[in-house]
Amino acid sequence: MGWTIFYLCLIILIPLSMILVKSASLGWLGFWRAVAAPRALAAYRISLEASFIAALINAVFGLIVAWVLVRYRFPGRRIFDGLVDLPFALPTAVAGIVLTTMYSEHGWIGSRLAAVGIKVAYTPLGIVVALTFIGLPFVVRTVQPVLQEIDVEVEEAARSLGAGLWQTFRRVLLPELLPAWLTGITMAFARALGEYGSVVFIAGNMPMRTEITPLLVMIKLDQFDYAGASAIALAFLLISFALLLAINAMQRRLGALPALR
Amino acid sequence: MAGTASIPLRNVPGASLGVRRDPRSVRWPLIVICVGFLALFLLLPLVAVFANALSSGVAAYLRALTDPEALSAIRLTLLTAGIAVPANLVFGVAAAWAIARFDFTGKRLLITLIDVPFSISPVISGMVFVLLFGAQGLFGKWLMAHNLRIVFAVPGLILATIFVTFPYIARELIPALQAVGSEEEEAALALGASGWKMLWRITLPNIKWSILYGVILCNARAMGEFGAVSVVSGHIRGLTNTMPLYIEILYNDYQLPAAFAVASLLTLLAVVTLIAKSIVEWKFEEDTASVIAVSKPDPS
Repeated sequence: MGWTIFYLCLIILIPLSMILVKSASLGWLGFWRAVAAPRALAAYRISLEASFIAALINAVFGLIVAWVLVRYRFPGRRIFDGLVDLPFALPTAVAGIVLTTMYSEHGWIGSRLAAVGIKVAYTPLGIVVALTFIGLPFVVRTVQPVLQEIDVEVEEAARSLGAGLWQTFRRVLLPELLPAWLTGITMAFARALGEYGSVVFIAGNMPMRTEITPLLVMIKLDQFDYAGASAIALAFLLISFALLLAINAMQRRLGALPALR
Repeated sequence: MAGTASIPLRNVPGASLGVRRDPRSVRWPLIVICVGFLALFLLLPLVAVFANALSSGVAAYLRALTDPEALSAIRLTLLTAGIAVPANLVFGVAAAWAIARFDFTGKRLLITLIDVPFSISPVISGMVFVLLFGAQGLFGKWLMAHNLRIVFAVPGLILATIFVTFPYIARELIPALQAVGSEEEEAALALGASGWKMLWRITLPNIKWSILYGVILCNARAMGEFGAVSVVSGHIRGLTNTMPLYIEILYNDYQLPAAFAVASLLTLLAVVTLIAKSIVEWKFEEDTASVIAVSKPDPS
């Protein structure tokens, strides 16, 4: 037990505290200049917006995928079910280059979209595509077990009492699913915020337009501006944690409502 | 756990499919959306990796894989995973044991800390090691004086990989150990088994599927890690390039077929990981099902 805590401190706590120490070396003014620079602000905004949109896409499609995989039987279901975890298993660099190739102007999908005037690779839309890919399993895998466990009798009772399909879904199933669904969306969002490998290839990485925060940290590190990199990383960590705490608090409020449980 | 197990016991004919037979007008559009979405986002990229890898022919594909730099990247990836996975296996068992079997102050903190690498960006994970061991870092001067290199060298890659793959095994084992309970262990100890003997004969066999599951996931991430490793590698060709980093170099050099050739190996690893994971899940369900059948021979 003592060893566990020792190992944990060694490999997690000491490294993390270095971010604080290094940021502090800038002083208040220097810290503010680093974290509030226009390029840094743009990077936070791009990261947050793209992650949010990707999480929303996964919220809708993840729910549908979980629903179909649990409730319907169709050929290939098991294969698709197994495939859902692909973004967990596929290295992000591989995801990055393959998505970029597919969505570039000459790619399988990119060329078709280019014909109708939509550019994906090297635009903010590309970031959203990559983040949707890596966040895909979270909603499906959190909603699936809950959907499986929902008491069939309750649903049957609702239907036999004359509730329509939509009404049954909204009044009986959705309240049961809501906590798991929100958890899945939050996890997809959190994962997207920190994602690097799959995004750097498809984003084009133009400062102020398609430069995500982790990449900006990387660039600062490459320029040996360790203090600046730490400051931006710290600011972004604080923003992310604040957001996630807010979402958690919201979830607990939702879970506490008697009508919804 | 109890909930999952109760499903097969609820033996009402057609109960699971009865109400779930939603009308065709709902069912088919949803199936089409689901399959379309998964095909577009998962199946197509999978096919595209191999199509691109073989786009210049099989000979070029094999040449790309047997290039000395490719071979050294493959070796380094195997070495990194070969050290990181066992290290985290030992820790994972220790941490899960401590959390599942004992109550102590700071337990919640410990659980939170285990999750930290999941919740921060891999770039930041890599950065902390540069801050610690880099030339301007905390231990930088001392390391330089003793002529040791950690960052921009192989030890840094291994450390960063251990850091990011840290939660995978522990996270699987904690619930598994909690579910198994400690009665059998207590019985073994009461019958005079030593602590080690109990660990090898009772505890580990009880959670073998969870261990395997954690190791599979940990290994996949260890071999595929990019962001954290990219920061600490310093991009020294042939020296600190793991397979994902080598893919990036080839891609940025516009050597697309070669990049995809190396990527296809990692994609194969991902597919094998998914299959192995499914098999372990089935085995685990079989085992729990048989345990339930033995302990509750007659549910009525």
